[in-house]
Amino acid sequence: MSPETLVTVLVFAPLAGAIIAGLFGRRIGDTASMAVTTGLLFLSCLLGWIAFFNTVAGTWHFTHQVAPFIDVGTFRSAWSVRVDSLSAVMLVVVTTVSALVHLYSWGYMAEDDSKPRFFAYLSFFTFSMLALVTAADFMQLFFGWEGVGLASYLLIGFWFKKPTANAAAIKAFVVNRIGDFGFALGIMTTYWVFGTIRFAEIFPQVAAHAKQGWEFAGHSFYAVDLACALLFVGAMGKSAQFFLHTWLPDAMEGPTPVSALIHAATMVTAGVYMVCLLSPMYEYAPVARDIVCIIGAVTALFAATVGLAQNDIKRVIAYSTCSQLGYMFFAAGVGAYQASMFHLFTHAFFKGLLFLAAGSVITAMHHEQDMRAMGGLWRKTPWTYAVMLAGTLAITGVGIPYVDLGFAGFYSKDAIINAAYNAAAHGSGVGWFAFVIGVLAAGLTSFYSWRLIFMTFHGTPKWAGGGHDDHAHADAHDGGHDDHARHGPLDPHESPWVMLVPLLLLALGAVAAGAVFAPQFIGEGRGEFWKGAIFNLGPSMLTDAPNLPLWVVLAPLTVTAIGFVSAWWVYIRHEGMGARIAARRGPVWSFLYNKWYFDELYDATFVRLARWLGDLFWKGGDQRMIDGLGPDGVSAVSYAVGRRTGRFQSGYVYHYAFVMLVGVVALLSYGLWFFSRGGR
Amino acid sequence: MSHIGLAHYLAVAAVLFTIGVLGIFVNRKNVIVILMSIELILLAVNINLVAFSAFLHEVTGQIFAMIVLTVAAAEAAVGLAILVTFFRNRGDIAVDDASMMKG
Amino acid sequence: MDLQAIAFWLLSAVTIGSALGVVAARNPVHSVLFLIAAFFSAAGLFVLLGAEFLAMLLVIVYVGAVAVLFLFVVMMMDVDFDALKQGFARYLPLGGAVAGVLVIEMAVVAISVAHNGAAAKNAAPAASSAGVTNAETIGRVLYTDYVYYFQAAGLVLLVAMIGAIVLTLKHKPGVRRQSIADQVARTPASGLRVVTIKSGEGIAP
Repeated sequence: MSPETLVTVLVFAPLAGAIIAGLFGRRIGDTASMAVTTGLLFLSCLLGWIAFFNTVAGTWHFTHQVAPFIDVGTFRSAWSVRVDSLSAVMLVVVTTVSALVHLYSWGYMAEDDSKPRFFAYLSFFTFSMLALVTAADFMQLFFGWEGVGLASYLLIGFWFKKPTANAAAIKAFVVNRIGDFGFALGIMTTYWVFGTIRFAEIFPQVAAHAKQGWEFAGHSFYAVDLACALLFVGAMGKSAQFFLHTWLPDAMEGPTPVSALIHAATMVTAGVYMVCLLSPMYEYAPVARDIVCIIGAVTALFAATVGLAQNDIKRVIAYSTCSQLGYMFFAAGVGAYQASMFHLFTHAFFKGLLFLAAGSVITAMHHEQDMRAMGGLWRKTPWTYAVMLAGTLAITGVGIPYVDLGFAGFYSKDAIINAAYNAAAHGSGVGWFAFVIGVLAAGLTSFYSWRLIFMTFHGTPKWAGGGHDDHAHADAHDGGHDDHARHGPLDPHESPWVMLVPLLLLALGAVAAGAVFAPQFIGEGRGEFWKGAIFNLGPSMLTDAPNLPLWVVLAPLTVTAIGFVSAWWVYIRHEGMGARIAARRGPVWSFLYNKWYFDELYDATFVRLARWLGDLFWKGGDQRMIDGLGPDGVSAVSYAVGRRTGRFQSGYVYHYAFVMLVGVVALLSYGLWFFSRGGR
Repeated sequence: MSHIGLAHYLAVAAVLFTIGVLGIFVNRKNVIVILMSIELILLAVNINLVAFSAFLHEVTGQIFAMIVLTVAAAEAAVGLAILVTFFRNRGDIAVDDASMMKG
Repeated sequence: MDLQAIAFWLLSAVTIGSALGVVAARNPVHSVLFLIAAFFSAAGLFVLLGAEFLAMLLVIVYVGAVAVLFLFVVMMMDVDFDALKQGFARYLPLGGAVAGVLVIEMAVVAISVAHNGAAAKNAAPAASSAGVTNAETIGRVLYTDYVYYFQAAGLVLLVAMIGAIVLTLKHKPGVRRQSIADQVARTPASGLRVVTIKSGEGIAP
C-alpha cells in the first residue's frame, strides 16, 4: 500500500465507522456498531504508528491531495492529507487515545441505551480531528476546527435529557464560536496579506511581509502580528484559555470517555497544534507571541488556583487540563514550540489516563463524582489506584534531574520551565513572568493532584454505612438502571478488564513516553525529528540542564515536593482540615471555588446584554414590527374592517332600502356632474 | 305652459317616484304600505316609458311598459303571499325589528 | 289653455295627491283606495299620451287585480294599524331631504332631456297615426319582434302563481273535503252490502 493510500485510509476510516454506526446503528445492533467503530479506530491507530515511524525515519514527507474543494480566483483550497513530523505526532496522539477511549467505552457505556450514537459521535470526532491535523491549508483546518466543535457539542450533550448537559453543550459551542470569530478574522487577514491560504505557499512569504502594516479599527498594526493574534483568539476558545475558558469545566457533563478524549488529549490541544504549526508566522510576530505567552501563563496559574477548591473529581482534572494547556501556550510564546508539542504529547497520555481512571472510580462509586463522598478506595480498586498514581506522578513531573530519569511530565514540564527561564535570561520580561508563574503553578498542580489522590483513595471511607441516594447521579445515566445492587451500603469494586486495559496502556505511556521520546522531541535529535516542521527564527530557547543555574533546575522539583507534603498534611495527617476550611467559606475559598466569579461576571455582562438584545429584536422587532405589520396586523385589520362593514347587514329591510336610495342619488349626482362637464 | 311637453310628463313621473321612495322610508313598520309604495314607483317608471314612447314615436316603450306591468303584478302577488306567511308566523306585520337576516 | 293642458294638470294633481295619500293615510283601506285613484288618473295620463290600450290594461290589471288583492289582504289581517304609524314623523326629515334631492335631480335631467334630447323635435304625442289603433300598433310588434319577451313574461307570471300558492296553501287539519277521485273510483263491492231480511225485522247496525 502506498503511503498516500495508507494515510488516506487512516484519516477516513473513522468517518466510515461513524457513518455505519450513526446511520445503521439501530439496524445492525449495539455490539456490531461498537465493534465496527472500535475496529476501524484500531486500524487507524496502527496506521498512525506506521506513519509516525516512517516520518520520523525520514522517508515520508508529503502532502497528498484527496479532492479539490474551492477554486475561486486566488482562493484555492483542497482536501489534502499533509504528512510531516508535526502532523505525524498528532496522528499518533489522536488515533491512540481515541482507539483506547473507544475500547474503554465498551465498559463505561455498558448500561447506556444509545451506544451506536455514542460511538458514531466519537468516530466522527476522530475524523474531524484527523482532518484538522492533516490540513494543508486554512480551509481544511477550519473545517476540522468546526467539526471537532460540533462533535464536542454532540458529545457533551449526549445525555440530552439532562437540562444541565444541554446547557453545557450550548455554552461550549457558543464560547467556541467567539473564538472561531477571531479565528476566521485571522484567516481573512492572512489571505489578505499573502493572497493564499495554503501553508506551503504562505510560509516562504512570511519573511518578506514581516514589516507590512495594516489598518484595523483605526490603529496601525503589523499585518503578521495582527493575523497571529486573531488566530490565537481562536486557539483561546478551542483550548479554553483565560477569558474563553468557562466552557471547559461545564463540559464535564458529558460522559467521562468524552472528557478524556476531547477535553484532555485532542480537541483542546488543537489550539496548541495550530500555534506550533504556524510557527513560521509566529516567529515574525513578536507582539502576538507575547500575548500568547501572557495568556498561557495566566491561564496556567488561574486554573491551578481554582482546581484547589473543587470537589467534583472530573472538575479538578478539567482545571488541571486547562492549566497544562496554559503551560503549552506559554512555551510556544517564548519560542519553544518543540517543548510545547512534547508536553502535548505526554499530556495526552497522562491526562487521558487520569480521566479514564477517574471514570473507573466513578463507575466503582455508582456514578458518584463528589470526592467528599469517596475515600479509602485503594484497597477496593487497586488497579485503578495504581494507574492513577502513575498519572499523578507524571503530571506533577516527578523525576531526577541531571540524570534525566523520571515520569513523562518531568521531561516535558521541566523543558517548558527551563525554556521560560532561558528566554528570561535573554532579556524577555514576558519570559520572567512565564517562568515565575510556571514554577508557582507547578506547586499548585502538585497540591491539587495529590489532594485528589488522598481524598479519593486514602482516608476514611465516607461511603461505608448508608445509602447514597441523595448524592446519586442516577439521572446522569441515560435511561439506565444500574445493575449494581443499591440496597445497603455502597460496595465499590474494580472495573472490568475492557476498561482496565486502556488504563494500563496509557499508564505505560505516562511512565515511559517521556524518557523514550524526549531526545527526539526536545533533545539532541530534534533537528532530524522535526525537519523544519517547526521554525525558529532565532536560537531555540530549549536548553538542557547543564546550561542552567542549579536553582532553576531544582525549582520545579522543590515546589512539587512542597505541594505533596502540604496535601498530605491537610488531607491525611489532619484529615478533615480541608473540609473545615471549605465550610468556613472564607473570601479566598469562595473566590477560588466560584472560579474567580467568571461565570457570574460573564452572565451579568454578556449574557444579559445578549438576552436583552435578543428580546429587543424578538419582541420589539419581530413580534411588534414584522408580525404586527405583516400577518398579525393584516389579519387584525381585516377582522376589524370586516366587523365594521358587517354592521351594514343589519337585517332591516328599510336600512337596505335606504342604502339603495342613497346609492341611486349618489350615482345620479355623479352622472349629472360628469355629463355637465361635457361628457368624456 | 299651455303646451304640455315631454318635460311635464317626466316631472310628474319624477315626483311620483320620489313619493314612492319616501313611502318606503317612512313606513317602516307597515309592510303593506311598503308594497304599495313599490307599486307607485313602478307606476312612475311606466309613465316615463310611455311618455318617451309617445314623443319618440316608438312603440317599444309601451311594450316595455307592458312587461313592467306584468312583472309588477307578479311581484305584488308573491310579495303579498310572503306577507301572509309572515303574518301567520308572527301574528303581526311590523317589520322594523325583523332582523333575522342580520349579517 | 286648451283642453289637453287642463286635463293634464288635473290628472297630474290627482295622481300626485293620491300618491301622497297612499303614503300618509292612517287607515290602510284608505291607502289602498288612494292607490286605486292614483292608478286611475295615471291611466288618464296614458290616454292623453295616446296609449289607450295601455291605459285600459292599467285599469284592468292594476286596479282590478293588484289593488283588489291588496284590499283582500288588508281586510284579512287583524292588525293594529295605529301602532304601525309610529315613527312616521321621526324619519320624515331625513327621508324628505334625500327624496328632495332626488326629485330635483330627476327634474333637472328630465328638463334637459326634453329640451336637448331626441324627442325635443317632436311636437306632440302622435296619437293613433294613420288610423291605426294603439292596440294594433302594439300587436304588430308584440308577437313578432318581441315574442320572446312576451313568452318570458308569461313564464314570470306562472312562476309567481306557483310561488304564491306554495307560500300560502295550508291544509288545515280537520277540514273535510271531497275527494272526487275517490268518489268516482268507488266500486259496488266496497260501497254496497246486500242483506237478506225477514219482514218485520230491522237491520242491526
